[in-house]
Amino acid sequence: MEPFRPFSARLVPVVVDDVDTDQIIPARFLKVTDKVGLGQKLFSDWRYEADGSPKPSFPLNDSRYAGAQILLSGHNFGCGSSREHAPWSLVDYGLRAVIATSFADIFKGNALKNGLLPIELEPAHHAALRARLEADPSVEVKVDLDAQTITLPDGTTSSFPVDPFAKRMLLEGVDELGYLLAREPAIAAFEASRG
Amino acid sequence: MRLSQGKTLFEKVWETHLVAEEPGAPAVVYIDLHLVHEVTSPQAFTGLAARGLKVRRPERTKATMDHSTPTRKSSDGRFVFVDEQNRAQLEVLRANCEAHGIELFALGDARNGIVHVVGPELGLTHPGMTIVCGDSHTSTHGAFGALAFGIGTSQVEHVLATQCLLHARPKTFRVTFEGAPGPGVSAKDLILALIARIGVGGATGHVLEYAGPAIEALDMEGRMTVCNMSIEAGAKAGMIAADDKTFAYLEGRERAPKGADFAAAVDRWRGLVSDADASFDRELTIDAASLVPRLTWGTNPGMGVGIDEPVPDPATLSDVQAKEATQKALAYMGLEAGKPLLGREVDVVFIGSCTNSRISDLRAAAQIFEGRKVASGLRALVVPGSHEVKKQAEAEGLDRVFVEAGAEWREPGCSMCIAMNGDEIGPGQVAVSTSNRNFEGRQGKGGRTLLASPYTAAAAAVTGKVTDPRTLLSR
Ligand code: SF4
Repeated sequence: MEPFRPFSARLVPVVVDDVDTDQIIPARFLKVTDKVGLGQKLFSDWRYEADGSPKPSFPLNDSRYAGAQILLSGHNFGCGSSREHAPWSLVDYGLRAVIATSFADIFKGNALKNGLLPIELEPAHHAALRARLEADPSVEVKVDLDAQTITLPDGTTSSFPVDPFAKRMLLEGVDELGYLLAREPAIAAFEASRG
Repeated sequence: MRLSQGKTLFEKVWETHLVAEEPGAPAVVYIDLHLVHEVTSPQAFTGLAARGLKVRRPERTKATMDHSTPTRKSSDGRFVFVDEQNRAQLEVLRANCEAHGIELFALGDARNGIVHVVGPELGLTHPGMTIVCGDSHTSTHGAFGALAFGIGTSQVEHVLATQCLLHARPKTFRVTFEGAPGPGVSAKDLILALIARIGVGGATGHVLEYAGPAIEALDMEGRMTVCNMSIEAGAKAGMIAADDKTFAYLEGRERAPKGADFAAAVDRWRGLVSDADASFDRELTIDAASLVPRLTWGTNPGMGVGIDEPVPDPATLSDVQAKEATQKALAYMGLEAGKPLLGREVDVVFIGSCTNSRISDLRAAAQIFEGRKVASGLRALVVPGSHEVKKQAEAEGLDRVFVEAGAEWREPGCSMCIAMNGDEIGPGQVAVSTSNRNFEGRQGKGGRTLLASPYTAAAAAVTGKVTDPRTLLSR
C-alpha cells in the first residue's frame, strides 16, 4: 500500500442515512473472484436506469461533481454485509475518503485496510460542510490524516477521530497482515499453551 | 474504574483468546474456527498466494458453498446454474480448498448447506469458541455462548495466514427479554422488536448479550435466529449463555466431543455465563409478553412495526433526517403513510435463509400451510438451510405439506435471501420473507421486502396478503 499523504479534492454528496452495502454494490456483482472493475458497479441501482443509462439526477452522474475523490454521506454509512467489495468499489471508482457522521463497524475496518479513509464528523460540522457543498459544488477540501483534520479553502478546520493503530498503518503504508505475521512467536506460544 | 469483580460472558471468551496485547495496537485474538464460503474468500486466497503463504491451521478452517449455489435440479438430477459466473466461483473455492487441505462441504454433499446452519448442525460450533467467517451473519453462532462475528476479505486472509485477527476490544450491551411471548410470537419477533427499538446502528461497537426468561425459554434454533440478526442492529456479535439446552443440542453431533471428552467439555462450558456481579457498558430490558408478530415496512431492518400498527407518517416526525428517510422508504416500498400493513397484497413468500431455515422454522410454517393452499397468483418458495434440514423435513413429511399447498420445495442454499443464484423477486413485487435484510433490491432489483417470522410469512402465502398468523393458528 502507498503511504497515505495529505491531499485536496472535491466532494460528491450522497447524503443519505444508513447507506447499506447492498446499495454500495448489489449482491449480483459479488460473483467475481477478483477486484477488477468494481468501480463501474458502485451504487449501481441508484446510478443507472434499467436500460443501463446513467440516471441524470444521481450525484455520481452530475458533471458538477466530476473528479470528486471524497464522498459525503449521512449517518451509519456502510451498514449491512461484511463484503469488502464495498470499499473495493469505492476505491476503484477513484474515491479516497468517505465523510459521514458515523460508520458501521465492519465497513470502517474494511475501508481502512484498503486505504479508504472513513472521516467521522460531528453533526454540526457535517451540516456546515453539506451546506458549503450545496452553495459551491466545486469546493475543495484538504484531508490531512496525520493532523486528523479536514480544511476548507476559507481555513475552516474540523478534526476527526482515527484509531491510532490504523492511522499508523495508513501513514506508513503498511498492512496489518505484516504486523500479524511478525507476531508468530506469540501465536506459536499461545497454541503450545493450549496443548 | 470498575467496582465489580464479575465478568461478562463476552469477557470470559475474549480474555482466554488473547495472544498478545501491545500498547498502541489492537489485541491479537486467536480464532478457533474459521468458516469460509465462495463469495468472500477468492481474493483472500489470491492474496495469500501473492505472498507465498500457506493456511496456518487448515484443520480449523471449514468451507461450504451456499451463496452462489442453485436450488433447482433438472429432471436428471443435475443442479441448474443460471449463470456461468456462479459455477466459476464454486470451482475457485474447490480449487483453493484442495490446494490448502481445507475440508469443503461442496454442492450436493450431505453436509452442505448455508454456512451458519451447517456449523452448529455438525457440532462444529462450541461454547466459548471464537468463530469468524467472511459473512456478517456469523453472529448466529453466538447462540452457543461463542464469540462469533463477520469479517472482511482482508481479515479472511489474515486468519488463513495466522489463525489470528487484530481486534480492538468491543463494549458490552445486555438486552434482557422479560416475560413470555404469546402464541404465534417467535424468536424472529423478539429480535425485530429490538432492532426497531434501537435502530440499525443502535449497537455499533458493542457485543450484545441476550438474556432473560424469554431467551432461556427459546430452543437453540430460536436462539440462533435472535443472534443471527445482531448485525442488523450494528452489533459486533450477539451471545447467549450456554445452558443445558445448549449441551443437549450438541451431544451426539458428528463433530462435537464424544464420551468422557464431552462430559469434560460440558464442565468447562458451564462456566460460560455472565457472573451475577458483572457489569455491562449498556443495558436494556424489553417486555416480551407485550410483543405481537412483527414485520418490517421499510428498507432497513430497523423500520418495523407490530402487525396491528400502521406504518409511520413522516408528517408526524420532527427530525429532518428521519422524515426524509421515512419518505424515501415509503416511496420505494409503495406504501401510504400512516396506513396499516395488514391486508397489503403480497406477490412472493420466501421461507429460508440462515435466520429461519431450520427444522423448527419449517415446522412452524407447515403448521399454517397444512390443509391450505397458496393464494392464487402468489409464488411461495421454501428453501431448507441444509441437506440435513431437508432430509429431516422430508422424513417428517413437511415437504408434502408445502408441495400440496402449492409452494416450491427447493435444494438448500442462501437462495432468495441474497438473490445471487437466480432466485429473485421482480421489480415492484412485494415479498414477505423470513430472511434478515430488506435493503433496496436485496431480493432482486426493485423488489420490496417485508421481513417476518415463518408463521407470518406462511400466513401471507395462504391468504395472499399480510395477515396476522395468530388468526390462522387458533383454528
Ligand atoms: S442466507 Fe442470506 S444472510 Fe445468511 S449467509 Fe446466506 S446470504 Fe447471508
